[in-house]
Amino acid sequence: MGAPRPYTLVAELTYKCPLKCLYCSNPVSFSQMRDELSTEQWVRTFSEAADLGVVQLHLSGGEPVVRKDLPELIRHARSRDLYTNLITGGTLLNEEMLRQFRDCGLDHIQLSIQDTDRRTAELVAGIRSYDKKLKIAPLIKKLGFSLTINVVMHRMNIDHVPALIAQAAELGAQRLELANTQYHAWAEKNRSALMPTRAQLDQAEALVLEARPRYQGTMEIAYVKADYYSEYPKPCMGGWARSYMVITPTGEVLPCHAAHVIPGLHFDSVRDQSLTTIWAESKGLNAFRGESWMQEPCRSCPMKAIDFGGCRCQAFMLAGDAAAADPVCSLSPHHDIIQEAIAQAEQGDGRFIYRDSRNSERLSIRPLEPASR
Amino acid sequence: MATAALAEMIEPRMGDTVADAPASWRPRLSPRARLRWDEVEKRYMLVFPEAALMLNETAPEILKLCNGEHTVDGIIDALVQRFTGIERKVIEEDVTSFLARIRARGLLEG
Repeated sequence: MGAPRPYTLVAELTYKCPLKCLYCSNPVSFSQMRDELSTEQWVRTFSEAADLGVVQLHLSGGEPVVRKDLPELIRHARSRDLYTNLITGGTLLNEEMLRQFRDCGLDHIQLSIQDTDRRTAELVAGIRSYDKKLKIAPLIKKLGFSLTINVVMHRMNIDHVPALIAQAAELGAQRLELANTQYHAWAEKNRSALMPTRAQLDQAEALVLEARPRYQGTMEIAYVKADYYSEYPKPCMGGWARSYMVITPTGEVLPCHAAHVIPGLHFDSVRDQSLTTIWAESKGLNAFRGESWMQEPCRSCPMKAIDFGGCRCQAFMLAGDAAAADPVCSLSPHHDIIQEAIAQAEQGDGRFIYRDSRNSERLSIRPLEPASR
Repeated sequence: MATAALAEMIEPRMGDTVADAPASWRPRLSPRARLRWDEVEKRYMLVFPEAALMLNETAPEILKLCNGEHTVDGIIDALVQRFTGIERKVIEEDVTSFLARIRARGLLEG
């Protein structure tokens, strides 16, 4: 069986970032991975991705703007007709850089906003950043880019949905993503500080549904549900290594941002092999393709074609077995772990750690282990 | 940070209308959407943030006329002339339903 066609590549160009967001999806051990791919290696990788059928390219990080070769990478991506999106925190951007990116053919910019409330926004980002972000958004629009604003949602900002929607519209965004935190990497470390209550989520969802018709045709409001509160798991990444790939700053090809956490899986690097070979033959990418790896209750479940058994990383982190049903699923024998986390969210807990090099180094000394309860 | 952004593939669907658009409306494709040839499937594709639309044979012809110069009726007229042998009624339905769908996604201006 041939590998499926990939449509989306997330190129994590660097783990360097001035922000220290509590929910960062970069691996907790990012400080141990410093050997970034060269310009030539990325250029070759983008070409191979285009040949494989990739359409969407997300230039991400860390903060991708710290890469000095970003204009060259954008120019090359566009020469291969990749729809090129810059995912940025915005704090290091200026008008001159934006003009340069535009002249190189950048299609789209996705700017992260932490909150409409300055104090919470800067508490979550760990640095002063609120004013810079609000200053850069109008410049992005002035230069003619279309703009997506992405807000990662958690218990500290989820009550601000109406203000977030109004602010995004005012900033001229054509798309607003309100994405509930996925509890991997740093977000998993900070789960008790981030996880909203059911009442908060119900209200936020109702407000999104109410606002959508008012913005139809001018601003799309995407809402990514909080999977802990869903009856069935999310179709994570649309299926493992099915249409989506993430390449880390050091060149490893992953099916998602978090797959590092699953022990025993080997992922190959574009330093050593072509992307074409890796996409077809990587042991890690093939580990959970298709359905043959599934156990009960997934194997005989009619939902398996829709949700693919949920998230493999979450199954490992919470149930200790990457081939188990995602514990988010109400049919999982490990679903009590999720219910316990939901009960804890009602209590709340203000303790958290920032995503920075010092904490990364401290946490990298111990081997990663599955959460045990 | 990136959220789970998937290549969402949607086929044009019948049933929607552009009834609420004035007759003088001259649709223009938003600069954030790009019409491109797909070498893998050998057909046109409309790509925009977070998604892509695989196009049938008529849709690229409709989009090429969405440049702010033609009214919806004008686009229908042009297609009737090009695709001889297809009833005007069929083309009219095809054009209006397709435009309604991409308009709802904010991909048409004017």
